[in-house]
Amino acid sequence: MAEIAAHPPAHHADTHHQTSTGISNEKLAMWAFLGSECMLFGALISTYILYRHKAVSGPTPHSLYDIPFTSVSSFVLLMSSLSMALAVAAIQRGDQRRLRVWLSTTALLGSIFIGGQIYEFTSFIRRGMTIKTNVTSGAFFVLTGFHGVHVTLGIIMLLSLVSLSIRGKIPQSKAEIIEIAGLYWHFVDIVWIIIFTVVYLIP
Amino acid sequence: MAAISEPVARSPLLPERFMKRPKSTEGFMGWVTTIDHKRIGILYGVTAFIFFLVGGCEALLIRLQLATPNGKILTAQVYNQVFTMHGTTMVFLVIMPMSAAFFNYLVPLQIGARDVAFPRLNAFSYWMFLLGGLFLYSSLLLGGMPNGGWFGYAPNTSITYSPGHNIDFWVFGLLILGVGSTASAANLIVTTINMRAPGMRLLRMPIFSWMSLVANFLLLFAMPVITIALFLLMFDRQWGTHFFDPLAGGDPVLWQQLFWIFGHPEVYILVLPAMGIVSEIMPVFARKPLFGYPVMVFSGIAIGFMGWGVWVHHMFAVGLGPVATAAFSVSTMLIAVPTGVKIFNWLGTLWGGSLRFRTPMLFAIGFVLMFTIGGLSGVTHALVPADRQQTDTYYIVAHFHYVLFGGSILGLFGGIYYWYPKIFGKKLDERLGTWHFWVTIIGFNMTFGPFHILGLQGMPRRIYTYASNMGWNLWNMVSTIGSFIIAAGTLIFIYNVRKTDQHGEQVGPDPWDARTLEWITPNPTPDYNYIEVPVVTHQDDFWHKKYAEDETGRLVKVADSAQFIQRRATADDHIHMPSPSFWPLVAAFGAPIIAYGQIYHFYFVSAFGVVTLLGGLYAWGLEPSTEPPDPDDEHQQPAVGAPVAGELAGVGASGGGDPTLTSGDTFKPAGTEDLDD
Amino acid sequence: MTDHTTTEVTEESEEELAVEAALESRHGHPSDMTYVGIAFGLAVLTAIEVGLYYLKASTETALTLLVLMAIKFSIVVGFFMHLRFDSPVLRRLFVLGIVLAVTIYVIILLMFGILHF
Repeated sequence: MAEIAAHPPAHHADTHHQTSTGISNEKLAMWAFLGSECMLFGALISTYILYRHKAVSGPTPHSLYDIPFTSVSSFVLLMSSLSMALAVAAIQRGDQRRLRVWLSTTALLGSIFIGGQIYEFTSFIRRGMTIKTNVTSGAFFVLTGFHGVHVTLGIIMLLSLVSLSIRGKIPQSKAEIIEIAGLYWHFVDIVWIIIFTVVYLIP
Repeated sequence: MAAISEPVARSPLLPERFMKRPKSTEGFMGWVTTIDHKRIGILYGVTAFIFFLVGGCEALLIRLQLATPNGKILTAQVYNQVFTMHGTTMVFLVIMPMSAAFFNYLVPLQIGARDVAFPRLNAFSYWMFLLGGLFLYSSLLLGGMPNGGWFGYAPNTSITYSPGHNIDFWVFGLLILGVGSTASAANLIVTTINMRAPGMRLLRMPIFSWMSLVANFLLLFAMPVITIALFLLMFDRQWGTHFFDPLAGGDPVLWQQLFWIFGHPEVYILVLPAMGIVSEIMPVFARKPLFGYPVMVFSGIAIGFMGWGVWVHHMFAVGLGPVATAAFSVSTMLIAVPTGVKIFNWLGTLWGGSLRFRTPMLFAIGFVLMFTIGGLSGVTHALVPADRQQTDTYYIVAHFHYVLFGGSILGLFGGIYYWYPKIFGKKLDERLGTWHFWVTIIGFNMTFGPFHILGLQGMPRRIYTYASNMGWNLWNMVSTIGSFIIAAGTLIFIYNVRKTDQHGEQVGPDPWDARTLEWITPNPTPDYNYIEVPVVTHQDDFWHKKYAEDETGRLVKVADSAQFIQRRATADDHIHMPSPSFWPLVAAFGAPIIAYGQIYHFYFVSAFGVVTLLGGLYAWGLEPSTEPPDPDDEHQQPAVGAPVAGELAGVGASGGGDPTLTSGDTFKPAGTEDLDD
Repeated sequence: MTDHTTTEVTEESEEELAVEAALESRHGHPSDMTYVGIAFGLAVLTAIEVGLYYLKASTETALTLLVLMAIKFSIVVGFFMHLRFDSPVLRRLFVLGIVLAVTIYVIILLMFGILHF
């Protein structure tokens, strides 16, 4: 790291193209996508808020919540954002080993979160609340289900990045790819921050 | 770049001799694997035009059925399918993709770029469009086409009232189309913001690229909303949820709210590109700058913003209460302001200009006149008491056909005539074009003008027939005759295209003496667009190179356009463009497979679709956007300093890597650019 | 130092160029310990939220929960997603999405009578 050769930049590494804003295309695209996702999750969250008290029959989510359990789940997802940030910092320093460690940790924590979701959902279903029991349960499962799918796709992406790192395809010059993956992951986390408060905690 | 017929590069994951990376741009495979924005633009345009003919036939069927009272051409059930598909086709399979054709072809050229930010994603968006459209129409053979109206109101579209698979095809078809559109929107937004030539500040950008940017922002933020609405409807139909079922606490109005939050921005998505086209055509054929270019830009942005605040005007008769209704009535009236500003600016562009009434100009003027009429009827809808009478009648049908056909379609045709010589190297025949215009505009007014009267006489929408003593007979017949006149006009256009293809004369790169950058490329435009990325110093930069004004303000020609037409690449130039790929098509195939599996509950089919989609995306992500040149081919030897193989074999996470110039180019270094914030 | 698994000479000089670029772009990046500290703060906020859940339900608790949620949201977006230090273009793009979403959906909920002012 200390020995930086005094090469005149014949051209930049391919993730540092000259763009009109100075931001890479990929990063700009990810933020545009996340802006779009705000509208997506906004619709789902509003549907839940609309239908929160409209159930006609059957158990509603509020009656079945296990808040301590979900709090732990939320904490796990929150910590996965930490490990993701550490992964990005690692590759920005050129530390492949720590990159893989933190990416794997993030994927692991994400999987624990998903495991917790699956456990929670199956327990609800066993206790008589499915997606079609009433409008509240429907809105609940659709919202958390969409979120869960996003997390799962994120985990697949993280594991792919670990694999690519092992094969040497993520040099320090390509750190931005991890950063962009991190943006997606953090977004998924902040959606959960909203869901946890609005769906679980608000009385 | 020379076309090589022998594929050389390999996709990294797959076994040898199976699925090599395509290299050729020739022939059928060349089109199927293309990632060139110009070819993709042509694909969008041709496909959209074919759907226009299909949607037009649906319109003729409707008009035949309604020409006389107690019509017997179509049964009520079939009629429902025909009008639903007419609307769905025209909105999602004609106007949106035809606009996309122009975005794709023109935006990179107008901003001085070599391609869009994500060429393979661009191809993927096209394939999603084509496959989504085919999927929608496959319903014809699989039990019946969607029949719930293009806006699919719940609970009519619920499984109770629509028990067949018709609506399922509608839901999944729109979901597939939506993914393609959203991806395309993000792609074009990044391209426009990030890949402008040096000196091309946003307020020097051609107005079409501006309107395209606004429309794509609208797409980016509006599509997710209809996506959720469609998912909720799908869950109600397939999994027994109750989102729109009042008996279980659900609310059908939620469907309407979500649909129209998408639906209103959607109509601006449908019209802004055509407005951009008109704003490009008029200055060229008036030989005057666009009147008030910054105002035109800002009014476009204003329409984009305000378009989010008016959606409830589609729901004035739903019973939402006086507060909501009044608020949205006011916002709807307000949005007429930026729109009206544009009309005046177009008039200002024409005023005092040296007008040439070529076909593009005819269509542009036609747009302004017809759109104004449609806008005026729109303003009448903003008044809630008036709308309570107008809503759900033919008066509304009149309004939206005036703005969408008289507006968007005429504008798009104008664009076809205007850019045809740039895209295909020949001008469409002027005489036939003039005939096309006049026949169309007469037929159009005959078809849709009477709808205002019929609507105010009380004729409701979506009825498959009417009694003979309603007093509607005359205008319905007039309208039907008009619709066949439109058809005749369209046939003239098709004949024009064919005649031009067979006998048309080649024209030079700047046949209209135009103003914007795309006209400096040689004909046909090479795949790399610009041999040297132009440096821009003015808005309408090309015009400024050719003309100046003397002391009295008169135009003085200072240079011939031929001086600025760029040369073609030779063997010494080494421009590496992104390589063709079939993964976008493979990935896109996954989508309808998933959909068929879901509709028929063959879940292993859906699983296979998921594997195809994800596998395609994965392979796409892992292949480099540009294959390293083949060391055995001396024509492809990279110049000094070109990216080396090792780096190119790296990750392209989102299929990115914009096409740049390698050394030996004249791209100015970052310091000399006018960087916008 | 850097942990390559590739050994091509040409790639190494590319690396050195990119290291320089990466170093430049690291100005303004929080250190690892800062991230841990932020995560700790988020955990504390979450604990407070959960604590509030067990209090008596009221509008005040609901509002406080929403405020805490917004704070956590901003911290993750600003620091973990680095938006605080990145180009204003990105910030505007994202804020546009958020503001649009919140405004539109609040209006819908008002129309359904779910929110009252």
